[in-house]
Amino acid sequence: MCTVCGCGEGEVRIHGGDHHHHDTGHGHDHHHEHGHSHHHHHDHGHGHGDGAQHYGEGPAGVSVPGMSQTRLIQLEQDILSKNNAYAAENRQLFAERGILALNLVSSPGSGKTTLLVKTIEMLAERFKPCVIEGDQQTSADADRIRATEAPAVQVNTGKGCHLDGHMVGHALEQLPLVDGGILFIENVGNLVCPAAFDLGEAHKVAILSVTEGEDKPLKYPDMFAASDLVLLNKTDLLPHLDFDMDVAIANARKVNPQVKVLRVSARSGEGMEAWCAWIEAARAMQLAGHPAGEAAQ
Amino acid sequence: MHEMSICESILGLLQEQAQAQNFSKVERICLEIGPLSGVEVEALKFGFDVVMRGTLAEGARLDIIEPEGTAWCMPCGQTVKIEQRFDACPECGSHQLQVTGGGELRVKELEVN
Ligand SMILES: Nc1nc2c(ncn2[C@@H]2O[C@H](COP(=O)(O)OP(=O)(O)OP(=O)(O)O)[C@@H](O)[C@H]2O)c(=O)[nH]1
Ligand SMILES: [Mg+2]
Ligand SMILES: [Zn+2]
Repeated sequence: MCTVCGCGEGEVRIHGGDHHHHDTGHGHDHHHEHGHSHHHHHDHGHGHGDGAQHYGEGPAGVSVPGMSQTRLIQLEQDILSKNNAYAAENRQLFAERGILALNLVSSPGSGKTTLLVKTIEMLAERFKPCVIEGDQQTSADADRIRATEAPAVQVNTGKGCHLDGHMVGHALEQLPLVDGGILFIENVGNLVCPAAFDLGEAHKVAILSVTEGEDKPLKYPDMFAASDLVLLNKTDLLPHLDFDMDVAIANARKVNPQVKVLRVSARSGEGMEAWCAWIEAARAMQLAGHPAGEAAQ
Repeated sequence: MHEMSICESILGLLQEQAQAQNFSKVERICLEIGPLSGVEVEALKFGFDVVMRGTLAEGARLDIIEPEGTAWCMPCGQTVKIEQRFDACPECGSHQLQVTGGGELRVKELEVN
């Protein structure tokens, strides 16, 4: 439960751990323009000035049989519009501060956290990465990230199977974000649901480990369609498997003809340079025209 | 799976509308769910009854319009029908398809009082 805006987030818990309280002057000012309408007092009555007449409403707002006036409302509203609004707020913050945000999605255990730890070790000095870790339970992954000294916030979604824009917005309040930096968001391990929820990221990156089989892009097409990059991870295991790289890549391209694919191993380090180069290029795009980018030149 | 949170989003939207448009009961809700929206219609129907229980939309009738999936085929230069994101063009077999319809996830209309 958020104490600032009073939004009931159900079982969602966000904990930043004992991160050093950098006085950055921006981390904790909870500015909540996103109006949660949690007041459930529908002021019923008559003559609302909207021309509508309201008949037969009992004290509890129950319509009295025989007196109800059913009306039709043409709404045409996107069901995810609320999430998209939160995501847009996050995206604007990233744009203003020149932060590259990447949303890492995959099935459980494909190596997101291991890959992040390695990536942070390679990039930390230059880009001051921050991490949001999404899992249903435990803060184990955020602990693994903090061991690299990178600030991390754990979001536990409870029964929720994905992060959403609202949770990420709150997690951002707890991170010492750096202008021109990088934010990695590790989504809940799940190849289905996170595809539908924009978090405000610049790119989704799908991680598929070679032990999962080359058919996964076809079985979970939404995720691969929503991603701009696929990392085929655990390539160090290829000699022990009959995973067909070319078929996996072809399958990913069937779903998403433009998608980029890189082979990596968080274990052996294969492909990590190429992955880091991709991140740098994406960051340069994010920084184009931003003061933090020019300062870094 | 995420059909539950989709239902919760629908409920939030209904509560917002109830305030804005002064109604207290939803009798019928019409959704448009495309085949490429990532939402399983059966799971959504199940989740809908569970999530709406005890709310302004308890017992509301749920109508679902399922539009077709469509894509623009670059080689053919025309719009074609697809059922899945990985479908090839039914005309030329190409995968150079740009999805143009079928991702809808929308509340179309409500009957309220
Ligand atoms: N051989 C090999 N093992 C790897 C590689 N990357 C990760 N692993 C192993 O895969 C297992 C799962 O890795 P994690 O990094 O926890 O995976 P995850 O995607 O973060 O998992 P969840 O957060 O639980 O969804 C661990 O035992 C890792 O050591 C790799 O490149 N090669
Ligand atoms: Mg992990
Ligand atoms: Zn064609």
